[in-house]
Amino acid sequence: MNLRKLTGVAVAAVLALPMFASHANAYELVIPTLDYRTGPYAPNGIPLANAYSDYINLLNERDGGIEGVKIKHVDCETGYNTKKGVECYENIKNTAPSRALAIQPFSTGITYQLIPKSAVDEIPIFSMGYGRTSAANGKVFPWVFNFPATYWSQATALVQYIADQEGGMASLKGKKIYLVYHNSAYGKEPIRTLEALAEKYGFEYRGLPVDHPGQEQKATWLQIRKERPDWVLMWGWGVMNQVAIKEAASIRFPMDRFIGVWWSGSENDVLPAGDAADGYLSGAFHAAGGDFALHDDIRKHVYDKGMGAGDRDRIGEVLYNRGLVAVMWTVEAIRNAMKIHGTKEVTPAMVRDGFESLEVDEARLAELGLKDFTYGIKITCENHEGPGRVAVQQWDAKAKKWSMVSKFYDPLREITAPLIEEDSMAYAKENNVTPRTCS
Amino acid sequence: MAFDLFLLEVVISGLMTGVMYALVALGFVLIFKASGVFNFAQGVLALFAALALYDFLAEDGWFFAVFGFTLPVWLAIPATALIMILLAWVIERAVLRFLVKQEEIILFMATIGLAFVLEGLGDLLFGSDVKPLDIGIPQGASDWLLDNFNLYVEKLEIVAAATAAVLVTALAIFFQKTRVGRALRAVADDHQAALSVGISLDKIWVIVWSVSGIVALVAGIMWGSKSGVQFSLSLIALKALPVLILGGFTSVPGAIVGGLIIGVGEKVAEVYVGPLVGGAIENWFAYVLALGFLLFRPQGLFGERIIERV
Repeated sequence: MNLRKLTGVAVAAVLALPMFASHANAYELVIPTLDYRTGPYAPNGIPLANAYSDYINLLNERDGGIEGVKIKHVDCETGYNTKKGVECYENIKNTAPSRALAIQPFSTGITYQLIPKSAVDEIPIFSMGYGRTSAANGKVFPWVFNFPATYWSQATALVQYIADQEGGMASLKGKKIYLVYHNSAYGKEPIRTLEALAEKYGFEYRGLPVDHPGQEQKATWLQIRKERPDWVLMWGWGVMNQVAIKEAASIRFPMDRFIGVWWSGSENDVLPAGDAADGYLSGAFHAAGGDFALHDDIRKHVYDKGMGAGDRDRIGEVLYNRGLVAVMWTVEAIRNAMKIHGTKEVTPAMVRDGFESLEVDEARLAELGLKDFTYGIKITCENHEGPGRVAVQQWDAKAKKWSMVSKFYDPLREITAPLIEEDSMAYAKENNVTPRTCS
Repeated sequence: MAFDLFLLEVVISGLMTGVMYALVALGFVLIFKASGVFNFAQGVLALFAALALYDFLAEDGWFFAVFGFTLPVWLAIPATALIMILLAWVIERAVLRFLVKQEEIILFMATIGLAFVLEGLGDLLFGSDVKPLDIGIPQGASDWLLDNFNLYVEKLEIVAAATAAVLVTALAIFFQKTRVGRALRAVADDHQAALSVGISLDKIWVIVWSVSGIVALVAGIMWGSKSGVQFSLSLIALKALPVLILGGFTSVPGAIVGGLIIGVGEKVAEVYVGPLVGGAIENWFAYVLALGFLLFRPQGLFGERIIERV
């Protein structure tokens, strides 16, 4: 080989080296998000998406990803539209190299569409606290996880809170508890549970649906004004929440007897109503506020480097924290999958295993910079809902701050378990699913 | 609460809500009346106007970032009106003037495109967050009516009704008594004939889109004060459609009367029929009501009668 050829080979080898090197480290963990930064529900979708993006950036910047493997964040805009959400899923599910490791649809409508697909594509769905409640039955829905609590558990928690204010469960007899709900799959989720609770505890239940988007609710609140229920629950979303809170204040319905689902309890919902929203209540499974150690890390490693997805001063808002806890649990499931399977190059099927044996206790939360942010969870083959615990938070309009005003209530399993069993078995029958055994 | 009083309350609330719908419907009527175009972008115009107004008033807006101060309400409203006039001029220059001789359906399609462009532009310029709009319009129930008569009427809606009355009077004078107004009516009757007598179509379109933009600003203020300025505001256009079907696409009084009938009809239906069928009927019931009217008056309650002779 003459000198010229030798030089050529050497140059080619040097040029090719980074290619091989990058190939050796090329495995990336694909975490997709179905965002909605546009459309009528964008004000709620933006903080959720920002939190996802910030946490992934934090891990990539601070830790080099998960256990040293970089995360590839793939986002797709759904506009909170079910059809677009399904298109997004189809487009991103096979993203190389790992395929989508877990899907967080952030929409009950999209979740319902993806549930049958997830089993076929073998991609876990993590519908955190939303979606199909009976997916809590892991024997029928091995690919779907809806921890830390379902809408049905939340309904039982809110009724327990009401009972505590009224003097015990026996005091519910004869009381009127109404539900104002978004007239959609999401809004209708708690109805069965509330009906069962009404039957058991003897309170009068009535549902008042509000059509999308909920800008006009006068007729609903006139009926509430006329019938004066003792308590009003709300399963609302987007503009529906803001309008409802204003209408409730207008008819002088007491705010401390008006409780929203955890999707009706963010700053977006109460700020437009101003002082009128003071005392309004909502369900919660994590804290509000941006003064946890994790938030400090995000400011330091992400925002100080100009990589923040949103406004620095909005870190810690309720929906931002909701996104944060969602991506944190997803990452922990991936970490768990790596541990179980002894590889860092995990696949969606392995991550499903990671979800199914996930345990994030208080000690681990503290390590993650989230001490007292939420409660510990433990997922099993049978129970994909986890602990199902829900607390109640209250809005202070002057301080512009949410504060927890109750303990975390355990769900009334004697109410929810038969309903979950019935609904999941009906699904299994309709879809020819043979429930697996969990040993 | 006595039954009759409750019915009265439902009817009053329906009337007031109807006025809010009519404010949106008016913008549609103005453009349809002058150009025969159904402006699909009218709801987005209301959103855009409210976003622009908020920007002049708030410390987190562009205006404050550039100039270091915010405008008082009395100045911010005319400033927003100027923005809407400027927008009308841009729409005429960039879209409408190229479509003068096209079929009306082409113009309609152009307004669909315009709606998406404006919505995207609004998102880009002002962001998607909910923006609380407070220009001093009283909120909540009228305490006097509630305390003395146990009657629930929203103060915001009383203001909206008064504003609508002023707006309709001003528009009626504008159309009937001014030279420009008569020119607008001439253009509405026949584009070609209007052109032949020396009426400038370009100018007329800028004027009518400007007026419609200002009406959209009023609607945007009322709806934005009610629920905060957010992108779902553009969907209030859907509430105006049955009003237009019922009142007629070319009649200003029709938009008002249509709004009132739809408002009362849907509220009475929701409260008294809704519970029997599971509720949430008011949205589609408004269309049932409007279509019922169409059977008897295809041109709408106040629309111009269509006579075509062979």
